[in-house]
Amino acid sequence: MIALSDFLILGALLFSLSVAGIFLNRKNIIIILMCVELMLLAVNLNFVAFSHYSGDIAGQIFVFFILTVAAAEAAIGLAILVVLFRNKHTINVSKLNELKG
Amino acid sequence: MAIEQIIFYCFAGVLLFAASMVITVRNPVRAALFLILAFFTSAGIWLLLEAEFLAMTLVLVYVGAVMVLFLFVVMMLDIDLAPLQEGFAKYLPLGILVAALITIEMIAVLGASHFGLDLVAAPIPHAADYSNTKEIGLLLYTVYVYPFEIASVILTVAIVAAITLTLREKKSKSQNISEQVKVRREDRVRMVKMDAVKPEINEHQESKS
Repeated sequence: MIALSDFLILGALLFSLSVAGIFLNRKNIIIILMCVELMLLAVNLNFVAFSHYSGDIAGQIFVFFILTVAAAEAAIGLAILVVLFRNKHTINVSKLNELKG
Repeated sequence: MAIEQIIFYCFAGVLLFAASMVITVRNPVRAALFLILAFFTSAGIWLLLEAEFLAMTLVLVYVGAVMVLFLFVVMMLDIDLAPLQEGFAKYLPLGILVAALITIEMIAVLGASHFGLDLVAAPIPHAADYSNTKEIGLLLYTVYVYPFEIASVILTVAIVAAITLTLREKKSKSQNISEQVKVRREDRVRMVKMDAVKPEINEHQESKS
């Protein structure tokens, strides 16, 4: 049988891979959005694993809501990206320093 | 080794491979395609965890909608890729270091010493007539009905926000009521003063008829 720790370690590996992805592709906003999606996937994997091993279906309902919010986030993020590209003709994160923060 | 373990390790390998390709490939289209592979594979892993409804939702919503949206946007934008890859080698050691630290810390907490098979026993598999969808629906429409409504509001807000952001104002067909109200007759009606003339008969038309 597969232990719960196997699923949790897989989720941890997936999460740290996407953290590394944000570090490596810090100029490309599309890849950063994809890495955020991967992070959410890793979190969801943990939720589903805990839900299965503790026999509580509430974890899966939480995953359902995370999927909803992630879909909304992706839609708005990509809309912002399209507007950004239309105005600045680049998606390079280092060029987006209008706010001078 | 049981068949479930073989399937799990195959899927886990494919998932980690797809995730590492997402963060390393140059072309965002390929990254999106590898992300689709990652979502598909984790849907397989969720099936192993008896979360059939969520696995199907992941395939339908993520692979079917969100990733198609990603691919659509990536292909629509004409991106110059060369400057976006700057600093990849420079930040590689830092990225690997942070990722390795996170992994080590999480494995120390979530590893077999705390969540192993001897501590958290594997649950008994459900019977063949067990419906995961029915269980989720029973809970979702009773206990979690209020969060469910909020989720629908969030999706509506997302639709409105995405359309409002990408709408071009010039070509929009929105109604400007104040402009409609303040319109005068001179703006719409043009009076033409001209003498009454008898139209000349077209020779070409005449010969035709």
